[in-house]
Amino acid sequence: MTTTEERLARIRGPVPAQRHNARTIAALTGNPGCTRRAVLDGAGIDKTAIAERIGFPARFGQSRFAITRGNAFEARVKADDGAELLRLLAERLGVPAPQATYTDLGAGDGDRVARSADVLQNAAAGDDAALFDHPLLTLDVAGQRVRLEPDLVAARLGGRFHVVEIKSFPVIDGGADAAKVSAAAVQSAVYVLAMRQLLAAAGHDPETVSHEVVLICPRDFSNQPVASLVDVRRQMLALRRQLDRMARLDDLLTGLPAQLCLDPSDPPETLRAALAQTEARYAPDCLATCELAFHCRNEAHGQTSALGRTVREALGGIDSAGTVLALAAGEATPEPEQTEVARLLRTAAELRAEALSS
Amino acid sequence: MSMLRALARVQALAAGRAQPIATVRHLHLADPPLVLVPLTLAGEANAPLALLAGTDPATPRLLVVPQPRNRDLRTAFHLELAEILLPYLEAHRSVSEAVATDRGRDVRHRYADAPQILLPNSAGITFLRLLGRATRFAETEGEYAVPAVVPLLGRWLTFLAERAEHPGSALTVALTEALGLHWATGQSNVEDQHLPALLAWIDPPAGTPGDVAARAAEFAPPAGPATDPEFDNEVLAPLITAYEEAGEDPQTRQEAYDRLAVALRGQLAGTWELMWRGVALLRALPEGARAPGRWDGDKDAFTAYAEHVDEGGAPQPRRDGAVAAAGRLHRLERALQSYAVQRAYDDPLVLAEYRLAGEAFAGEVTMADPARIDDTGKRPVLRPRIMVVTADAVTLQPGAKVQSPVRPAQSAKVVFVTRLDDGRTQLVLELVSGMGRGLTAAPGSVPQVGERLTYTTLSDAYLPSPALPEPDRTPWTHGGPPPDREPAG
Repeated sequence: MTTTEERLARIRGPVPAQRHNARTIAALTGNPGCTRRAVLDGAGIDKTAIAERIGFPARFGQSRFAITRGNAFEARVKADDGAELLRLLAERLGVPAPQATYTDLGAGDGDRVARSADVLQNAAAGDDAALFDHPLLTLDVAGQRVRLEPDLVAARLGGRFHVVEIKSFPVIDGGADAAKVSAAAVQSAVYVLAMRQLLAAAGHDPETVSHEVVLICPRDFSNQPVASLVDVRRQMLALRRQLDRMARLDDLLTGLPAQLCLDPSDPPETLRAALAQTEARYAPDCLATCELAFHCRNEAHGQTSALGRTVREALGGIDSAGTVLALAAGEATPEPEQTEVARLLRTAAELRAEALSS
Repeated sequence: MSMLRALARVQALAAGRAQPIATVRHLHLADPPLVLVPLTLAGEANAPLALLAGTDPATPRLLVVPQPRNRDLRTAFHLELAEILLPYLEAHRSVSEAVATDRGRDVRHRYADAPQILLPNSAGITFLRLLGRATRFAETEGEYAVPAVVPLLGRWLTFLAERAEHPGSALTVALTEALGLHWATGQSNVEDQHLPALLAWIDPPAGTPGDVAARAAEFAPPAGPATDPEFDNEVLAPLITAYEEAGEDPQTRQEAYDRLAVALRGQLAGTWELMWRGVALLRALPEGARAPGRWDGDKDAFTAYAEHVDEGGAPQPRRDGAVAAAGRLHRLERALQSYAVQRAYDDPLVLAEYRLAGEAFAGEVTMADPARIDDTGKRPVLRPRIMVVTADAVTLQPGAKVQSPVRPAQSAKVVFVTRLDDGRTQLVLELVSGMGRGLTAAPGSVPQVGERLTYTTLSDAYLPSPALPEPDRTPWTHGGPPPDREPAG
C-alpha cells in the first residue's frame, strides 16, 4: 500500500514538482470533470514540457508590451505608499478616507510567508486601517502548500479585509471585457480563500475577509485608476469544490495503473501511451486554458464533444461522430435509449439532402 | 445549436470540408465594400498599431502607428483613417431614391446605396466601437485640440459599430460571422473565430483535408486586432525601440519606420488575401430574396444618421438613457425575430431546421375549396380551405396560425390534424387573408391541388412598439430623467 503522495511522486518521475500559483489554481475550475488535468496538476507535472515533448506545444505567449504596461500601471497605482489607492478604495467602499498605514511585506529578508501571516493576523485584531503590499499567502492544493501573491490586501476599510487586484485592462464607460473580468474574479477568489484560511487559523472570523474583491483598472483610455467591486462567492464555491476533489485524488488514482509515470524525458510514444491511461474530458474551451489542449484535441478527433458542448448536446449526447453519421444514414441499429434521437437524425439527414438537392 | 447544424458539423468532419448550412446568401454585399484589417498594441486600451484598408484587393493602404503610445502619432492615424473612411461614406450620398410611405400617399427620400465595412472578426468590430468611443468626444479646442474630422470620424465609427449589433444589418460585417452563417466546419465555434482556420475548412487547398489545412492555418499570423505575442517580443518590440531611438534625423527615422511597416504588412497581408477570398466565396452564392429589403433598412439608417450629423446633432452618448435603451432593445428584438423569419422564408435549408423542430411542415395540397364561404357570423366571409398531407413530424395543434413563404401576406388557421396510417399527417387549413376583397378569391391566391407548399408558424408580422415616455419623463424607477448630455471627455 502506497500513500497518495508516493503515487503522485511516481507519476511525476524524477523531476521536481511544478509550483502552482493563483492562475493555475484558477484554471482548475475551467474543466472540473477532467481527470487527466486533476491528476497531472495534483502531481505537479510540468504540462508545458510534456506537451512540447509529444509534439503539441502550448501557445501561451505573453507579449512584453502587455507585461510592461501591467507593471507600469501597478506601480502608478501603488505610488506614494498607496495614497491614491486608499482614496479610491474608501470611495468605492463608501467610507470616509481614513489614515492608513502602508506595509510592504515584500521588503526585507526572512520568511515572507511567516511574516505575512503574522502581520495579517495581528491586523485582524487591531482597528486601524492598513494596506499590505506584496503579502505572501498559502493554500493547500492536493496536499501541496502553494504560495500566492495577491497584489495587495486592504485591512479594515469599512470594517473588513479586502483583496485588491490590479489589472491593466481598461474599464470603458463602466464596462470591461467580460472574459478578463471573469478571469480576474476567479484569481481573486483564490486569494480570498487563502486569506480566510489564514485568519481562521488564528481564531478570527473568516468572514472578516470580504467576498467582494476590489478590482483596480485603468479608466477609459487613460492611466487613471478606477475601482470596482466584484462579488466572488460563486467563484469561491467552484474553487472549493475543485480543491476538495484534488484533496481526494486517491479516488482518481485507484483507476490508474500502478506503474503510471509521466517523466518529461521519456520518449514521446511512451508519454503519449501513459497520457492515454488518464481520461481527458476535452472541450474546445480547454484551448484557452490548458497546456495539453492541443494533444487532447488531437486525441478527441472524431468525438462530437470536440466540436463543442452545444454540438454534442444537439446530437442527443452521442459521443462518436461515426455513430451520429451511421444513425443518420440508417445504417446502424440504435441502442434502446437512442431510438428517438436516431429518428430525428435520420429526418435531419433527409431534410438536409432534400434542401441541398433542390 | 440546432440538430441540423450540429449534424452539418459532423458531416463536415467526415467529409474533410465545410458543409453548407444555407443555400442562398443572407447578406447583401456592397460593390465594393471597404475592408479594414486592424492591429492593436497588446496591453493598451485599444491603441491602434496598424491597419490595412481599401476597396480594391490589389491596392490596400497601410497605416502604421510607429509608437502607439504617442498621442500625436495616434491622432495622425485617426486623420489618415478619416481620409479613407469619410470619402468612402460620402461616395454613397450622391444618389437618392424616393420611397413611398403612408400607403403610397407620400414619398420620402433616402440614399440609393449605403456603405459596407468588412472586418475579419467580431473583435475587429469591438475595435471600431472603441476607436469611435476614443475619438467622438475629442476636443477641437484647447490643449489637446484635434482637427474636427477626428470627432466626426468617431461618430461614424460609433454608428457603424452599433449598426453591427442590429440583426440582419450588412453595414458592418465580421467576415467570420458572415461565413459561419453559411457554412458549418468540422471544428468548434471557438476555433471558427480564427479566420485562417475557418477559411481552411470552407475552401481547403486541393488535395488537403479541411482539418489538416485548418491546423496548419492556426500557425498563420492572427487576423487581429490582437497580435501574436511572439511577433511582439521578437520583431515588433525591437523595431519600435529602433524607431524611438532614431531621434530627429529624418533619414534614420524613415528607415526605422519603413522596417516597421514591412514587418506589420507581413502580419496583415495574409488576412487581407483571406478577406477577399471570403468575399468571393460569399458572392458566389445567390442573394436571398429578402436580403435587399434588409439592405433598404441599412440605407434608411445610413441616411438618417448622415442627416443627424449634417444637422449638427449630438454625438452618441456614452451610455443610453433608460428610454433610449428600451427603444433600442425593442428594435433589436424585432430585428432579430424578423431576420430569423426572413432567412427561413428565403432558404429551404434554414426552414428545414424549423421542420425538424415541428414548427414548419412541407407537403402537397390534396384538396382545395377556394370558394368556401363562412356565413356563421354577421356577414358572410370568404374562408377557403385546403388539405395538405405531409411526411414531416407535425406538432401543431388545431387553432395554430401558419403562413407560407410563397404567400407571406396570407395567414391560415389549422382546423384539423389527422395522423394517417402510413405515418404521414393530414392537415386542414382555413385561409383567412390575402385573397383580395369580396367573396371570390383573387386568381392564384388559393393554393391548388398538387401544389407543394411549406407552412410555418413563423411570422414576420409587425410588432408594435411599447409605449415609452419622453426621455424627460423617465420615471424614478428607471433613474429619472437623464441629466443633460454629459460633457465631452
